[in-house]
Amino acid sequence: MDRTLLDFWVGLFVTLGIAALFALALKVSNSEGFSRGSTYTVVASFNNIGALKVRAPVKSAGVVVGRVSAIHFDNKTFEALVSMQLDSRYTFPKDTSASILTSGLLGEQYLALDPGGDSHNLVNGDTIKITQSAVVLENLISQFLYNKASDSGNQNNGGGAAKAGVKP
Amino acid sequence: MKPNNLFSRIGRLSLNSITRLGTATRFLLQVLMRSGTSWRRFQLIIREIYSSGVLSLIIIVASGLFVGMVLGLQGYQTLQTYGSAQSLGVLVALSLVRELGPVVAALLFASRAGSAITAEVGLMKTTEQLQAMEMMAVDPIARIVAPRFWGGVISMPLLAAIFSMTGIYGGYLIGVRLLGVDDGTFWSQMQSAVSFREDILNGVIKSTVFGFAVTAIALFEGYDAVPTAEGISRATTRTVVTSSLAILALDFILTAFMFRGA
Repeated sequence: MDRTLLDFWVGLFVTLGIAALFALALKVSNSEGFSRGSTYTVVASFNNIGALKVRAPVKSAGVVVGRVSAIHFDNKTFEALVSMQLDSRYTFPKDTSASILTSGLLGEQYLALDPGGDSHNLVNGDTIKITQSAVVLENLISQFLYNKASDSGNQNNGGGAAKAGVKP
Repeated sequence: MKPNNLFSRIGRLSLNSITRLGTATRFLLQVLMRSGTSWRRFQLIIREIYSSGVLSLIIIVASGLFVGMVLGLQGYQTLQTYGSAQSLGVLVALSLVRELGPVVAALLFASRAGSAITAEVGLMKTTEQLQAMEMMAVDPIARIVAPRFWGGVISMPLLAAIFSMTGIYGGYLIGVRLLGVDDGTFWSQMQSAVSFREDILNGVIKSTVFGFAVTAIALFEGYDAVPTAEGISRATTRTVVTSSLAILALDFILTAFMFRGA
């Protein structure tokens, strides 16, 4: 084959391949947008974190403002310690509360920040005091069933007593 | 069969395969050591990129498009059951970029380009062209084998990237144009779920490793072929079978390392 034609086709192929890679990088992936920008770390402790994972989003008013960077177990207080990296573009008051919520009914869990009214802001290394743990579905269901069971138990007992009353 | 006979057969078989593995490793090392010439004469590599990369382009693009379209259809059916058809873009992109792109492209590459390489090198050996080169003091490994090797290693990641991209557009075509998933949701959900370093770069690494394995196996089978017509046909078959198995096994190992937990 003619050399210039060969060069042309190979050039086209390589350009196409690199263009596909660029398209994958720009159009398909998020290139980890702001995790490269400057961040500050804040810690919060929870009784139960449910299924929260590292790299889960931290949202405030529905907007992603950071990511969970590490999850540890504190062996003194027996609570979960969640460290999160927040974008330094966003500041929150000292008395901000953190809660673990679920996106949708079966979606993944995320950390929600609810800003308070303090005039001082959270800085690097601070701890969020007010936290609300994840809702564990099994506990909810068992509580519900327990209530149901005790209700029907009361009714049965009442019925039994009435019957006993009728029969001499 | 006497047990004595059985054991000696097993022993011969394992010794033979170990010897073959050693020969293949030495062959690969020689190719790596003598590839300086082909990098200095880059035109040799360009010719091989043409024959293994450019000529595989049509089968890669066509299969990528169809695989993407099938993913779009099947994914839509399944996601619709859970009322989350908006996540179709995530499903199509992640399965293509992480697994199907590198693996299916490598399997196609093995059967399209790998078999061609084995047949070509095997026929050169059968017709004593390789010995003739040695007689003229031309190193056949440096002149014939190394350019094919690097041509394949360079082509493979590019082919896999093209495969993934056409596949994603195939999924877009079916999901958005045909089944009516929202255009913006399709892309934005995909962008928020696919990460460049974790998913796309790992896919590129995978496909480079597959390119390395496939071309190395194809060249070794060709170079080691029994110099008869039957020998070449056997070597070509072995190339496709061995490299397909190697791709799948390597894929499992690489996936276990790359996408553990998280």
